[in-house]
Amino acid sequence: MRSRWSYVYFLFYLILGFVLLFLNNDVDKAVITLMNIIIVLTPLIGTIFGVMYYYNSKEFTELLLAQPIKRSKIFMGQYLGISISLTLSLVLGLGIPFVLYGLFKSAAIFNFSLLLVVGTFLNFIFVALSYNIALSTENKIKGFGYAILMWLFLAVIYDGIFLISLVVFNSYPLDKFSLIATMFNPIDLSRILILLKLDISALLGYTGAVFRKFFGTNFGMFISMGVLVLWVLLPVLRMNLKLRKKDF
Amino acid sequence: MIEFKNLHKRFGKLVVLDGLDLEISKGGIFAILGPNGSGKTTLIKCLLGMVIPNKGDIIFDKKSVLDKWAYRNNLNYLPQIANFPPNLTVIELINMVKNLRPKDSDTEELIELFGLKSSLDKKLGNLSGGTKQKVNIVLAFMFDSDLIVLDEPTNGLDPIALIHLKEIIQKEKDKGKTILITTHIMSFVDEVADEIVFLLDGKIYFKGTIEALKKQTNNDNLEHAIANLIAKQYA
Repeated sequence: MRSRWSYVYFLFYLILGFVLLFLNNDVDKAVITLMNIIIVLTPLIGTIFGVMYYYNSKEFTELLLAQPIKRSKIFMGQYLGISISLTLSLVLGLGIPFVLYGLFKSAAIFNFSLLLVVGTFLNFIFVALSYNIALSTENKIKGFGYAILMWLFLAVIYDGIFLISLVVFNSYPLDKFSLIATMFNPIDLSRILILLKLDISALLGYTGAVFRKFFGTNFGMFISMGVLVLWVLLPVLRMNLKLRKKDF
Repeated sequence: MIEFKNLHKRFGKLVVLDGLDLEISKGGIFAILGPNGSGKTTLIKCLLGMVIPNKGDIIFDKKSVLDKWAYRNNLNYLPQIANFPPNLTVIELINMVKNLRPKDSDTEELIELFGLKSSLDKKLGNLSGGTKQKVNIVLAFMFDSDLIVLDEPTNGLDPIALIHLKEIIQKEKDKGKTILITTHIMSFVDEVADEIVFLLDGKIYFKGTIEALKKQTNNDNLEHAIANLIAKQYA
């Protein structure tokens, strides 16, 4: 991708990584702070880059469509291009400061790599979701609006609804419900996945125990990774279906 | 060479192509005419696979083109509006498109002919409309393909470029190629076209030589003959 912005993004993570390490003086604590940022920020950036790139490169896409290239190949190329460049910015930008700080000698290496894996998943998921929105919306402004709303919903509003429903229905057994509700939101899923690995799940209280039992095991880890993969595959699949019908 | 069979296309409620049948034989220049919004561009985009018809089939070189892509290797297209990525230079764009086809291309001569040499290192976003159209033409003619589709090729061209364009079209025709052109400039049609296809209400209203059209409408002047056809729509 010929984009200045992916360098800016890379620099941002680089600086963020250094600043956090400097302020915390401890890899473990830095990882926690980082989680909070990554969980909210990677989806947002993925969403914005996705829609922006789609609408900006529309002319070029049309040029390509008249060439002997398969449709799905053009768009998969764009999708992978954005996702991979964002992921590189994330992994390199955060990786460099942490490695320099002595990550390999600390015990946090597993947590840190889990964080990067989750960040990568979030990139791929949200670029795919935003591409879906852009493909379905002719109007640029509307497309942007929907994409941002989608992010806002998954990052903030979903949690609100989730919490309210926990309060309202608190006289019922909620463990199953909350587990399933988590699966339907990639941001929540990622957050809980990391929190539990960080051994600060005591903060989560009662439901924490349920989550702990589920996500803490290898089986739970496996399932939640699987769900994240699904979150990537389903939007990509829909993108391809949509493409077969779309007029340019 | 190309055959459109019972082609239907709707955009929402708007019916653009309504059971269109058309056969175009190999070799020669075909002008696709019709009033604004008669479906000329839609027809061409269906052929290119950019617009997907609701019903019907398109046969190119004896094979259906729907859901295929390899056939586009034998087809050059000049889009109506020259929209290019503004951050690329002209030469970068040309090389990029060259890379997309496993085919020889000849750009030197075309660049020379349209005097684009001095603009090669300029960004596409900074070019004037006419220069963009010249780049567009270079991209459309640089490959050696059997079918060339030109959507309003004369847009924004200066008289000299227009003369060169006509020369190129004539040259390609002499090589036995099939050329589809849409335009609103009747003198251009009169000069270059062998046959006219007139679209109206999403159907073929007339197909034949210019002579036949003049005869049918009792009009010596092509412009008036066409106006005559269009006027019927308003009546």
